[in-house]
Amino acid sequence: MSVRETTTLRWIRASLAVFLKDWRSELRTRYAMSALVMFVVTTISIILFSLGGEGASPEVLAGMLWVVIFFAAMSGLSRTFVMEEERGTGMTLQLLTPPGAVFAGKLLFNLVLGAGLTLLTVVLYAFFINGFIVRTLSIFLLTIALGSVGLAAASTIIAAIIARANTKGTLYPVLSFPILLPLLMTVINATRLASDGAPLGEAAGEFQILISYIVVVITVSTLLFEYIWKD
Amino acid sequence: MTLRILLGVLLTLVIVAALGLPMVQHPQHWYEFPSIPGLEEKARIIFFHVPTAWLSVMAFITSMIYGIRYLRRKDPMDDLTSASAAGLGLLFCVLATVTGAIWAKFNWGSYWNWDPRETSIFVLLLIYGAYFSLRAAVEVEEKRATLSSVYSIIAAVTVPFFVFIMPRIMTGLHPGAKGDPDGAGPVIEFKMSLNMRVVFFSSLIAFTLLFLWMLSLRVRTARLEYHHQPKG
Repeated sequence: MSVRETTTLRWIRASLAVFLKDWRSELRTRYAMSALVMFVVTTISIILFSLGGEGASPEVLAGMLWVVIFFAAMSGLSRTFVMEEERGTGMTLQLLTPPGAVFAGKLLFNLVLGAGLTLLTVVLYAFFINGFIVRTLSIFLLTIALGSVGLAAASTIIAAIIARANTKGTLYPVLSFPILLPLLMTVINATRLASDGAPLGEAAGEFQILISYIVVVITVSTLLFEYIWKD
Repeated sequence: MTLRILLGVLLTLVIVAALGLPMVQHPQHWYEFPSIPGLEEKARIIFFHVPTAWLSVMAFITSMIYGIRYLRRKDPMDDLTSASAAGLGLLFCVLATVTGAIWAKFNWGSYWNWDPRETSIFVLLLIYGAYFSLRAAVEVEEKRATLSSVYSIIAAVTVPFFVFIMPRIMTGLHPGAKGDPDGAGPVIEFKMSLNMRVVFFSSLIAFTLLFLWMLSLRVRTARLEYHHQPKG
């Protein structure tokens, strides 16, 4: 067993510890979860009221699904970093854990939260919105999976930035939207393909974009996180 | 000083040539532009619209490079340059959007069509807006500089998705979009006549010099302000 391996192991253990810490404190207060759930429920009911029993075209509904997911993510995914600033625990975490492990732990937390959020939204959306049909399930599932990973990746680093700024809530969607737009445009396109019943191969280009987006965003975030995190 | 004089002469020549030279059906002389059916006099926008868009992208890249330099050296002057470049970028981004929209009304029928290039300049506007809102929200100088540098780098890595990838999968109206008979891609083969090309590239050079001059002016004022602010 070399020294290098043990440091990697320690790094993994540290990031898991950050993840578990966040998870535990989330389960105690259920702040982010309840915000997310209520946001999804509220937005879907607004869509239902505004449709008023009339259907909309599958294309519009495919886009609307991601509107719900985007704004719900904006209501809850910044919690993990803002919490540290509010409680004043950031400094201790800085002293005890390497920045890379903090970022990995927080990213993991947001990935879980983001996956839960998309799953909930999709289930409620499919249940309540009548005109929403998915003809190619494989495209749809892959889009949902890659979309929620990309969403969590980009919103984690932006959350780290806004936690350090003075206005924590209002800036979050403003800063995230331009970064997330390539992702949103691609997932909306792919969801449309899924509801049109296109074969899986036709969405290959979209999946390539999504995967490269995820890789690029996570790499850059890991490189830059240290500058944001350290005082 | 020499830059200023050179710039004045060059820009005057470009403006006179771009607006004044006649457009005729079959050019006989070196000073006559060929008239493109369907575009005619409206083709002259390319001498100004493309350089403004080019300049706003260049300002964005400059801002990012100085952001990286700030993160490495923590010199507040780098942050001043980065913010000044971004301010110029925002100005020229608005100019490119407005000139393009007015032109689109007359040539394509409506002010805004969500063609891929229009989408990407819209995103650039959003990024600049977000960048300045972030700067306004942070009071501590050092923190503001770090956070805005990081944001401009993250924003910069997502921009290639718009410039290189989106135009290929979306159909559009600008040259180089999907469905363009001359092939899709960010690099467009020039089909301009030689004299138009000369004016076009001189305009690009003139606008680049304009950017450098305006940037140095802004950096110098920002530096004076920085050194003369009351220390609290």
